[in-house]
Amino acid sequence: MIPAALCAVVLFLAIYSAQAVGFNGFGFVSRITWDLGNMYSDPVTIRGVQVPPGASYGILVFVVGTLLSSFIAILIAVPLSIGAAIFLSEAVPAKIRPVLSLLVELVAVVPSVVFGLWGIAVLIPFIGHYISPTGNGYGLLAASIVLALMITPIIATTLLDALLQVPKENRESAFALGATHFEVVSKAMLPMVRATLIGGIVLALGRALGETMAVLMVSGGGLNILPTSLFSPISTIASFIVSQLDSAEQDPTNMAVRSLAEIALVLFIITLAVNAGAKLLSSGVLTNVRHRKQ
Amino acid sequence: MSVTASSSASSRSAKVRSTQDIRRATTSAIGWIACGIALLLVIGPLIDIVWVVTYRGASAFSLELLTTDTNGTGGGLLNAIEGTAVLSFGAMLIAVPIGVAAGIYLSEYGNNKLGGTIRFLSDVLTGTPSIVLGYFSYIVFVISLGWAFSALAGAITLAILIVPYLARITELALRQVPNTMREAAFALGAREPAVIFKIVLPSAASGVVTGALLALAISVGETAPLIYTAGWSNYSWDGRLTHSPIGYLTYVIWSFIDQPFAESHALAFAAAFLVMLVVLAINIGVRLAVRRTKFV
Repeated sequence: MIPAALCAVVLFLAIYSAQAVGFNGFGFVSRITWDLGNMYSDPVTIRGVQVPPGASYGILVFVVGTLLSSFIAILIAVPLSIGAAIFLSEAVPAKIRPVLSLLVELVAVVPSVVFGLWGIAVLIPFIGHYISPTGNGYGLLAASIVLALMITPIIATTLLDALLQVPKENRESAFALGATHFEVVSKAMLPMVRATLIGGIVLALGRALGETMAVLMVSGGGLNILPTSLFSPISTIASFIVSQLDSAEQDPTNMAVRSLAEIALVLFIITLAVNAGAKLLSSGVLTNVRHRKQ
Repeated sequence: MSVTASSSASSRSAKVRSTQDIRRATTSAIGWIACGIALLLVIGPLIDIVWVVTYRGASAFSLELLTTDTNGTGGGLLNAIEGTAVLSFGAMLIAVPIGVAAGIYLSEYGNNKLGGTIRFLSDVLTGTPSIVLGYFSYIVFVISLGWAFSALAGAITLAILIVPYLARITELALRQVPNTMREAAFALGAREPAVIFKIVLPSAASGVVTGALLALAISVGETAPLIYTAGWSNYSWDGRLTHSPIGYLTYVIWSFIDQPFAESHALAFAAAFLVMLVVLAINIGVRLAVRRTKFV
């Protein structure tokens, strides 16, 4: 059933979007303008398919928005999760550790839409008041911060597990060389878990790329314009799909719905690639190679 | 304590200490402080989220909220609560048999190429953004099969979303059952179905239930795929599986916070409070139980 479901997902998205793929060509990912065309006049036939006059489907803005917000989110999340994992594994007494690590894990289970609500109620006013020069909190920065919060526990818990499994001998020999406690952690232990850390980061990237509701609620929903600053409104691929439901249904030629299916397919391929990368990294291919060399 | 230790140490050997030592000690101190702050920055927002949602959600709470339907800008949450329950339990009804069966297969017969492939594909399905699954259901169920926005389309979408979790957790639970149990049952003359369903599955029951609860938490908190499949309705569910949209709590959070009325915002926070309560209660409960029994 699972393989069947997955194959069905890919197959139906591909079949449904086939016409759109043919119409949009490769320009789909490089055009900036997403315009559904004039849906009230008669459809015209372009390249063998009927579309509303003036329709243009380009998703570069959303691809850029997705990659940029995820990238900034990773930039914020990585130092935070490394710090949190180190503190949890080394500085916190073993008795309190389960409580604190439970809290970190709980961050990951808070529903996306609740993060979005918090973003609107707390984060947006904060950014608008203190950080943004325009006084508007919605945009790239808010989306990145919310994403960062959502993916931090993924990296932190992966790293924490790895740090707790570093052999005692490695720690003790570093201490015996006269290293301070922090030097032991940062110079002897962190390099040992590097592969796990990278695997966790890539896994988190996969989650950030596909995140929908929270981003939709705080990103400002930028259309047809590339972001120019941290405070520009953006749309990600996932959030754009949700926001377009109503408009796409108005299209009598159905081309808008088909093009959205093509977007969904693009998003699926991106996250598939990222997750496959994470799997390769965490399955220990790289660690094994390194161990063999030593 | 560390402060007094280092100060007494420095008073004893102040002259021996080189500037390098001091620099190392300072770097370490700064490093620890930075790590502590990082942890605070991770946990702080969670506490703030729980606080804000609880405070504003609880202040909007009343008995009326649970007994009336939503209207355009406010009202109660009865239809949304009912819809969430219908969708989640519908999804569980579809997903639990499939997920548990897949888990049994993976654990008992899955040590071959096919098992490995299924495991890999199941991981891929877990990593697929929920909106992609939602859009798939939209074009298949809502448009192609002509069900329109409906409870069944929403429940199937949620089921696809949670099956891989169920399969994986069931597999882990079954693998914890010692092989000697299986061998003992076989030695008593039990056939394979009897061994699996009467011996292995019951002894792994707590693990399977854990998986089902976590899956329930996921489906209660999910939004994006439902927007494309379940639609939204201001009325209570009329019992029809197709051709009739259904409301759910997460939709209230998402759409009512965008309205310009305080009443709508209060409703959004109340819905968020309910959703968070369910999700956190399940997750905390499961994790505490797991810690105690050292399971999974």
